Order: sequence, then C-alpha cells, then structure tokens
Amino acid sequence: MWIAVCKVDDVPGDGGACIKWGEKHIALFNVTSRDDWYAMDNRCPHDGQTVLARGIVGDAGGSPKVACPLHKNSFCLKDGRHLGGQDDWRLTTYPVKVEGGQVFIELPEEKHRGAS
Amino acid sequence: MTKQKLLLVGLGMVGHRFCERFLEEDQTRTWQLTVLGEELVAPYDRVHLSSIFSGKTPADLELAPASWYQEAGIDLHLGQRAVGIDRERKQVMTSQGQTFSYDHLILATGSSAFVPNMPGTQMKGVFVYRTLDDLAAIQNYSHDCQKALVIGGGLLGLEAAKALYDLGLKTTVMEVADRLMPRQLDDQGAGLLKSSIESLGVQVLTSQKINSIVGVGQVQGLAMQNGEIFPTDMVVISAGIRPRDELARESGLGMGSRGGIRIDANLRTSDPSISAIGECALYEEMIYGLVAPGYKMAEALAQQLCGGNQTFTGADMSTRLKVLGIEVASIGDPFVSGSNIGFWTSWDAGRGFYRKLVYEKAGRKLLGAILVGDTAPYNTSLYQRGAAVDEQPEKHFVTGGLIGNSTLETLICSCENVAKSSIVECIGKGARDVKAVQKGCRAGTGCGSCLSLVKDILNEEMEKLGEEVDRSLCEHFAFSRPELYQLIKSTRIKSFDELIKRYGRTGFGCEICKPTAASIFASLWSEYVLKPDVATLQDTNDRFLANIQKNGTYSVVPRIPAGEITPAKLLVIGRIAEKYELYTKITGGQRIDLFGARLEQLPMIWAELIAAGFESGHAYGKSVRTVKSCVGSTWCRYGVQDSVAMAILIEERYKGIRSPHKIKMAVSGCARECAEAQSKDVGVIATENGWNLYVGGNGGMKPRHADLLAADLDDASLIRFIDRFLIYYIRTADRLMRTSTWIQKLPGGLAHVKKVVLEDAFGIGAEMEEEMASLVASFQCEWKTTLESPDRLKQFRSFINTNEPDDSIQFVRQRGQIAPTPATLPT
Repeated sequence: MWIAVCKVDDVPGDGGACIKWGEKHIALFNVTSRDDWYAMDNRCPHDGQTVLARGIVGDAGGSPKVACPLHKNSFCLKDGRHLGGQDDWRLTTYPVKVEGGQVFIELPEEKHRGAS
Repeated sequence: MTKQKLLLVGLGMVGHRFCERFLEEDQTRTWQLTVLGEELVAPYDRVHLSSIFSGKTPADLELAPASWYQEAGIDLHLGQRAVGIDRERKQVMTSQGQTFSYDHLILATGSSAFVPNMPGTQMKGVFVYRTLDDLAAIQNYSHDCQKALVIGGGLLGLEAAKALYDLGLKTTVMEVADRLMPRQLDDQGAGLLKSSIESLGVQVLTSQKINSIVGVGQVQGLAMQNGEIFPTDMVVISAGIRPRDELARESGLGMGSRGGIRIDANLRTSDPSISAIGECALYEEMIYGLVAPGYKMAEALAQQLCGGNQTFTGADMSTRLKVLGIEVASIGDPFVSGSNIGFWTSWDAGRGFYRKLVYEKAGRKLLGAILVGDTAPYNTSLYQRGAAVDEQPEKHFVTGGLIGNSTLETLICSCENVAKSSIVECIGKGARDVKAVQKGCRAGTGCGSCLSLVKDILNEEMEKLGEEVDRSLCEHFAFSRPELYQLIKSTRIKSFDELIKRYGRTGFGCEICKPTAASIFASLWSEYVLKPDVATLQDTNDRFLANIQKNGTYSVVPRIPAGEITPAKLLVIGRIAEKYELYTKITGGQRIDLFGARLEQLPMIWAELIAAGFESGHAYGKSVRTVKSCVGSTWCRYGVQDSVAMAILIEERYKGIRSPHKIKMAVSGCARECAEAQSKDVGVIATENGWNLYVGGNGGMKPRHADLLAADLDDASLIRFIDRFLIYYIRTADRLMRTSTWIQKLPGGLAHVKKVVLEDAFGIGAEMEEEMASLVASFQCEWKTTLESPDRLKQFRSFINTNEPDDSIQFVRQRGQIAPTPATLPT
C-alpha cells in the first residue's frame, strides 16, 4: 500500500531522511541530480546500525548510490545491492512516488503503523 | 665493388646521432664511414655538462665508447682536427698532417662560444663554457675563488651558472638585456625565473652594460659602463654561440653574411659533394642552436645518403629545459601581438608557476606559449603550434587532463623525437618502468625533461592493463585535491553543481569528491558548512556537527581552549552529561568528550552548552581542533614561557579552520616538553628567548617527530609563520593527508617549506597571511548558527514522519556509565 510519508521539502536535495514504519526504519533519498526518489532499508548490513539515510548520496558509473556514514560501504539505490561485491548484503528497496508535493512509499500491507 | 668513402668531420652530439642513424639506414653497406673528432674523447652529452659538478662523471655523459665505433665498422680518428679541404681532390687535411679522401663529406663542426669584443677576455681567470676541457679548467681555477660571475643570462649562461653554483661559488649572472632568457621568456616569466634562481642564493643582474674585464695578472672584476667596478674572482663567458665555419669559409663554400655554412633542404652546401649539419649549418638564414633540430638534420641526411628522400625544412625552436632546477619551456612564438591575437596568463606564485598562451583569437589556434615552474603541459596536444586552445585554458594545465588530451601522435620526447605511440607500444611489449621505456624507445634519454610525462603515460597504460590505480580524486574528477583547490580558487566557484558541471567527468558526485569540495569551499570562502547547497556534501560528522559513533549515536565536544577550564564550567558539563545520560571521557587533546547523544538530542545539548558560555570544539571537522598545553611558567618551577596563554591565543586564532585533514597542535612551556608538541602538526616549545616552532609531527599509526622549522621566535613571528604554514598546507596537500605525510611528499620537503614559510621565496607570504586573517575574522560557532535556524534544526530528527526518539538505540551499563550494546546483526 502507498503511504504518504512526508513533503518533498522535508528531504534535502541529494540527501536522505529516515521514515519510521512500525519497527522498520526506511531510508528515503531525494536524488535531485537525477530528479528521482528512492527508498530502502535504513540498516547497514555491515554493522547492523540504522544510519544509511545519513550517508552521502552520489553515483557510481552514473547509477545512484548511498555511502554508509560509518564505514563508507556503498549501496545501489535502485536495487539495494552492495557495490563492494558482498552479495549477501542486499537491502530491500521500496517504490516511491511524488504527487502534489507529497512523497509516498509503497510498503508491505502487513506492517501496521507503529506511531500515530 | 669498392665502397664509396663517406667522411664525417666533427663528433659532437649531432655527429654521433648521424653515425647511429646511418648504421640503421645503410643496410647494404655501400659506404665506408670515416670520422674525425677534434677532442681526444669519445662523443659526449654536452647538454648536461654541468651535471659533472653535481656528481656525474665524464663516463656518465659519454654517448658511446670508442669501441662502439670499432664494432660498427666505423673508422674513428680522435684528436684529429681538420685544418683544410681540397675540394678538387676531395681530400681533408688534419692538424696531425694526415690526409683523408672522400666521395662525400659531412661537416658537423658545431659551434664555439661567442666571446664579445671587449678588453680583458684573454685574461687569466676568464673562461668559456663549451667542452669537457673548459669544465676541467673552470674546476681547477675555482679552487682559489670565492666569487664567480657569468656573462650571459640566456640558456647557456644559466647552465654555466648552475655549474659554478654546484662548485660552491658565490655566483652572479649578468645579462645585457632587461630580463633572463630574453629570447624565450617575457617579463613575467623571466621575473619568476629570476626570483626562483635568487632564492637559491644566485645573484641575478639584468640591464648590465659591461666595458671590460679588469685585473692585474688575473681577473679581479668587471668595469661597468657607469664607471663602477664589480669585483669577482673568475668570469665565465656564455653569451651565445658562433658556428665553426672556418674550414668551409677557407674552401670557398657559400656562407651566410654573419657566418654559417649555407645548406638547402637536402642538407647540401654549395658543393653537392659536401653536406653540413648541426650548429655550423645555416638554413634559410637561421642557425639552429638547439640539439633537437641538429638531430633532425642528421637523421634526414643519413636517410638521404642511403637512397631516401627525407629533407630538412626547418624546425620548431620550442625548448624545454631545467634551469638551476627550475623548469622552463617556450613554445612557438610567444611574442606575437596584434588585434587578432589573444592572451591567457596564469600566475600561481604559491607553487611558482607562470603560464602564458598566445593564440589567434578567431580560431583559438595556439601560436606560442611560455611555461615556467612546471613544464609538464609542454608535450600535450597544446605543444603543437596551431593546436586548439580551450575556452577555459586552465583546463590544459591540470595534470590528469594532460595525458588525456594527448593523442598517439603527440610528440613526447623532443630530443629523441619519440611520439606517444612508440612509448605505448614499448609498454605493450612489457616495459613496466621508466628505465625499460628508455631502453625500449629512447624516450627521455636526452634532456630528461619529459621523464615525468613518460611516467604519466606508463601509469596510464598500466592502469588500462589493470595494473595500477587511478590517482585522480575519484571517478567524477580527474583532478587531485590541490588541483581542485586551485580551480575553485581561480574560478571562485561556490557550489558543487557548478564545479562538477564545469570540471567533472561524469555523474553527480560521491562520498569522496563531495566532502573534498565542501572542505575546499570552507577553506576558501569560510561559509557556514550547513548552508542548504553545501550541507549534503559534508561528511557525516560535519553534516550533523558531531562525531558519529559505532551505534549511530554522536559524541559532543565543547571547546576548552588549551585545556584550561573553570570549576563552574566543569560543573555545567557534568550536569548536562548527567541530564542526558552521556558517557564522559577526557580526550587526548585535553577536553571532555560526551558520548551517546541521539541525533535529535544534539540541538538541546548544544543549546545548554552555549547558554553556559561554551562553543563548538570542531572535533567533528577536518580542521584545527585543539591546542594542548602544559601549565607553563605560571605554575611550573621549570617553565620559561606562559605556554597556556600562548596555547589559548593559538587555539582562538585557528579554531575551526577547515583543512585537508585534522590539525593538532600543542605548546610546551619548556624543553621538558610535557605537552608533547613534537608529536603534533604544529608544535611550539618555549625557549629562554621565545619559541621554537616544530611542524609535521604525528602520533597515531605512523608516529613521526616534528621537524624544527624556526627557533627563538617572538610572538608575532611565531603567529606569522604558523599562518603561512597552515595556508600553504591547505593549498597544496592531498585529500586526507596529514602534515607529516605532506611534508615528506612535498618536492624539496622541509627545505621547501622553509623557503616558502620563512624566506618567502615565492613572494606569497603576505598573501597567505591575508588569507589567514580573513579566515580568522570569519569564524563562527557552527552550533550557534544552527540553533538560530529552524530550517537547519529540522535535519536533526531521527525520523521525519514522527518526533519520537530512535528506540532502536540501546545501551548497557559499564563501570557506572552507559556503553553501546554489543552489535547485533539484523536477522
């Protein structure tokens, strides 16, 4: 289901912010350089910390990525793949859409909203 | 079949090159080659004569031993000076009374030093600089001399000056014209060269009118036209060359009105059985006084005599050389002017560079160029006259772009006429270091000035083969940090978007180039680091003005200048730590670190700290952090200066200044060094007379004792030198390079730093002090600014869709304080 998570202005250009969805932390990225939005798990599989939304957004070979602020592990924003070749470090990604200045993420239905 | 007789008179560099090329061409051995050399020694490299005084031996300069000629079947006669040509009988007579007959004769007699017509040039102690014998005579005579003087500030004069300088003599260069190397350089280029040479201790005097050389029995000085006597112990005349054309003149060959043996494009003199090559030859009223055109003549002639049809139709007088360690190049005609002519110059006194491009405005075609300080661009595609000049000419001058700009046809080694393609081929065949390339294709075996370029090509090719990493910043920029710094400074760019649009390769940046650019922006423009267009460029710690820890929480470090703090402020820190349940620890830099703050707690904690009079400690920045100190003369019975007051002064001055990496400092009140200043980037140790300044120390992984930069400084000089040191570091260091590595990698090392900082050898001291003054004046407590901006505060939330705290962060208790829970990986 599509969930309205924030306004476009809430996430800095070429930067990220974190969404709380039940127990889940989801990193949302506003890639203004490509005029696109991405969402993925916020937890870096390397150390298990929920910090990816605070990483630097950039590209590798033109494809958007984020670098974890803790140890600079980079993940592809399109498919959640680890760009350093750790195949088992794949992150779940979520579709994002923007309508009328509002940002929506499509999240699995079974997760109920934890915060009111 | 009897072989035809080919006779070569003269065995200098051009003569030898002819022999080499001739052997390659004369596969059928139709000629018997005989060579007459005037000197007793085998041919040698005259271009590098002065290296004899800096450790090289004559054997090092030898181009080939006499045995090489023997093995090649060349009939070599050394010590035989040709004294006459009998053109009817086709014979050459020598000073030894021998006669050599020829079917074809080649004159490669070269040139001699031009000695101006003035009294005293024959006096004892006056020399020319041309041959190994000249050098031996100069060396012998120099034993009883302190001062030496070179007449002539051109190419050869400066080469002679280097020889005298290497002999340890107090050396002066006198030039008639108003600048050094007047044929190659303009005022600005010559001015930079002059100041660089002077910084070595060599005196340079231009616009000098000399009357005569004076002395009783031996030279004692120069009499100037204004009546003054300039004292000196010896004189070396190096005011130009004159072609050695006596033989040709006496035998009636066609000559130029001011000397030189006339030749045509086939290298023939007026007698078709006689050719002339090198500096004795005159082609279209031009004597080519450089080795490269001489080589071209030799090669064309060798090929022609063996049935080819190569001609010589003139040569470019572009030159590139090292003058007393300073690189200089002149390309095409840098002196043309007119309404259709465009100029571009760039002056970087900091790194001692001057660059000038002269081009045709309409087509942006290059006509000439001058490079002083760094001649690496010499061999790029720009080298060719007529090359296209970019709309942003600075692009041509940034390494990384250089080799990228070159094509396979680009001439890399102009001495040996080696194009890039030959070097690439050589690497393809397995050459993996410069030596192997030199052996394989001769590139860089001449003057050696292209060696750095050869190295670049080697790196480039090896990278292509997957054997070495790219040295450019990242995939987005082909520039190193200092190059980016210069680009940003000269273009005054303030946003990353513009930077990558103008100077980037592809894409939109990454975690390497973004923080690097943000740091350079902060070093240059000193703006608030969380301004909207730079905030997301910042590395994690700068982005949230705190140090991220392993569990995603942050630590908070208020500034405690020099580690001096009142009990009241200690209590404030204690109360805040208690209130927010933070772990506290004393740092190595004499302050207090508060750990375990969640993102959304940072603004609240800082609001309380600032209200109590604290400010940001910049522990999160690649910047000047803390200045450690001992208690100094105020309390310590050994202290000789007030180290705490000095440490506070220094910390207040440099706090927060962004740099390539963190900068740590310390001040000790006496030689006992309790503040461990010698392990810091900038260390100050009190003496009875003032302060000793140390730089480039490091603890950490690669401990290094700091070097003494200057001793017994007063307060003002200490600050001035630290100002210059820091700015120079910020300008030239690579990304994440601490001062200790920087000094070690800097060409010239500590001596170079001394020149720049203490002696102001490049004249940039005042400019660097101003830059520092402006950084100091624009200091701001970034936390104070942030707290005043509601927009910025919005970023300090764990979640944007709820204000609740991040409950995933949990702590355990350890020794009475919090600690992160041991990491658990997600299931």
